[in-house]
Amino acid sequence: MSKRIGIEVSIALADAVGLCDVDVVAAYPITPQTHIVEHLAELVAEGHLDADFVPVESEHSAMSACIGSSAAGARTFTSTCSQGYALMSELCYIASAMRLPIVMAVANRAISAPINIWNDHADLMYARDTGWIQLISENGQEAVDLSILAFRIAEDQGISLPVQVNLDGFTMSHVIEPLMMPEAAEIKEFLPPFKPVLRLDPAKPITMGPVGMPDVFTEARKAQDEALKSSKPAIQAIFDLFAKQFGRQYKLVETYKTEDAETIIVAMGSIAQTAMTAIDAMRARGNKVGIARIRVFRPFPAAELVEAVRGAKNLVLLDRVTAFAGGEVSGPVALEIKSALFDNGLLPKVGNFLVGLGGRDVTQQNFEEMVERVTSAKNGDLPAYEFINVRE
Amino acid sequence: MVEIRFHGRGGQGAVTSAELTALAAIGEGKYAQAFPSFGPERRGAPVMAFVRVSEAPIVTREKVYEPDIVIVLDPTLLKIINVEAGLKEGGVVILNTSKSVEQVRKESGLKARLATVDASKIAMETMRVPITNTTMLGALVKVTAIIEIGSLQDPIKRRFGPIAEKNMNACSRAYQETKVVEE
Repeated sequence: MSKRIGIEVSIALADAVGLCDVDVVAAYPITPQTHIVEHLAELVAEGHLDADFVPVESEHSAMSACIGSSAAGARTFTSTCSQGYALMSELCYIASAMRLPIVMAVANRAISAPINIWNDHADLMYARDTGWIQLISENGQEAVDLSILAFRIAEDQGISLPVQVNLDGFTMSHVIEPLMMPEAAEIKEFLPPFKPVLRLDPAKPITMGPVGMPDVFTEARKAQDEALKSSKPAIQAIFDLFAKQFGRQYKLVETYKTEDAETIIVAMGSIAQTAMTAIDAMRARGNKVGIARIRVFRPFPAAELVEAVRGAKNLVLLDRVTAFAGGEVSGPVALEIKSALFDNGLLPKVGNFLVGLGGRDVTQQNFEEMVERVTSAKNGDLPAYEFINVRE
Repeated sequence: MVEIRFHGRGGQGAVTSAELTALAAIGEGKYAQAFPSFGPERRGAPVMAFVRVSEAPIVTREKVYEPDIVIVLDPTLLKIINVEAGLKEGGVVILNTSKSVEQVRKESGLKARLATVDASKIAMETMRVPITNTTMLGALVKVTAIIEIGSLQDPIKRRFGPIAEKNMNACSRAYQETKVVEE
């Protein structure tokens, strides 16, 4: 039976990865991901986890080792963030193109400069186009559940893609909170042993990741795109299986009080929690506000998001990153949503706000201000995006 | 929901105090969050740590701006930090000090309700170290009753192993000796 415990989220995530009976962990420590990797190293060193811990000299080597071990058929995990992700990223494209079901936890952190170790979604967005599945957690329970789910999704033979589990650095990774920790036996029941579609085997040699000349490259890319496309319904089906066993239901897009909402916030990650408390306060004053929370960013659940916000007059779209597009188009999350709205002939009033950069707190008050800003603005008055909380 | 802010210096265990409080509350079936002021850690520098305790699930990730309780592990911090900043109306400041409440008020200008305990002395006498984290938790329980003192036993045991008993003794003694000034 699952047990309710108080635990730091990083440690809980590492324990969950251990309970998934991972075979290889290759990782390099970087703040605020450090506790995840340290604890896994500890579990291996103390004999609690029968796995190979590869203490590599860089994130580039970490992902290289992960690619090798996953290709050989080993259940493989790594974790990084920020500059570490940037250094590793070259290999991330290769992991997805080779359809290797590696799981990686990203303790989301800003990318320098200025040097900043605190939370935003710069690394999450940096990873957006690498062909990985991206899952987003909002609290410790979700970080644990999504880590278990990540292996099940990645290793599903119909999917066979690498999966990122994102958790906000510090604001989640370093918080002690209560959660239900499943037992090894329960996880074993949910997560069958890793059976790769193809694997490197000296007895039956194959080549993985060879050169792709112009006559096959487009076909290879289309095949990879199809894999990510068809993963969307499969991810929801696996979420439903998880709900059956563990009683916690995840969806590609999760909503809170959107049914009759005139204004809907769309957010991702731990600030969505704060938003829900702000929504309760606004609702108590008769303001019909709700929120759609993006649980899966890649593959992007455009249809589900459009459904969630269809009835709203006003949208408050949040990005935790600066996109540097020159000022005339919105941030990356808002762009995806606007594109989906356009494709569905919907034209609500939209405000896009860049919030919570490099560890800047996003408060309940901030949510109320952003909702007020959009609801009181005249159509056409809102810019492509705005920074909030800026000293000028 | 009760929100608590701990002030200490790096190495004195303010973060541990916050963690133990949350773990004790969670052990009672309550909901809690404990977190440090995020960033690099430096021994001796002023640090803060935060706790939320609630009967209902905690659905927020913003920082603690208006604590109900402030706990000061190191008396020298009063000279350099306004420990009352943001304190809720009716909130309490719990101080580690060898001085009387009147003297503290005169020297620091603190206006809030105060509770005092000579945690440094208790820690030295029971554990022979000037680390006051578990000692100050005894004072916290005396002042607020947000957790039961017995609920600290298990988290302290798991954190401190062979020196858990001494820590629990320091905690219990502080519980006895804390003076609360009602105003």
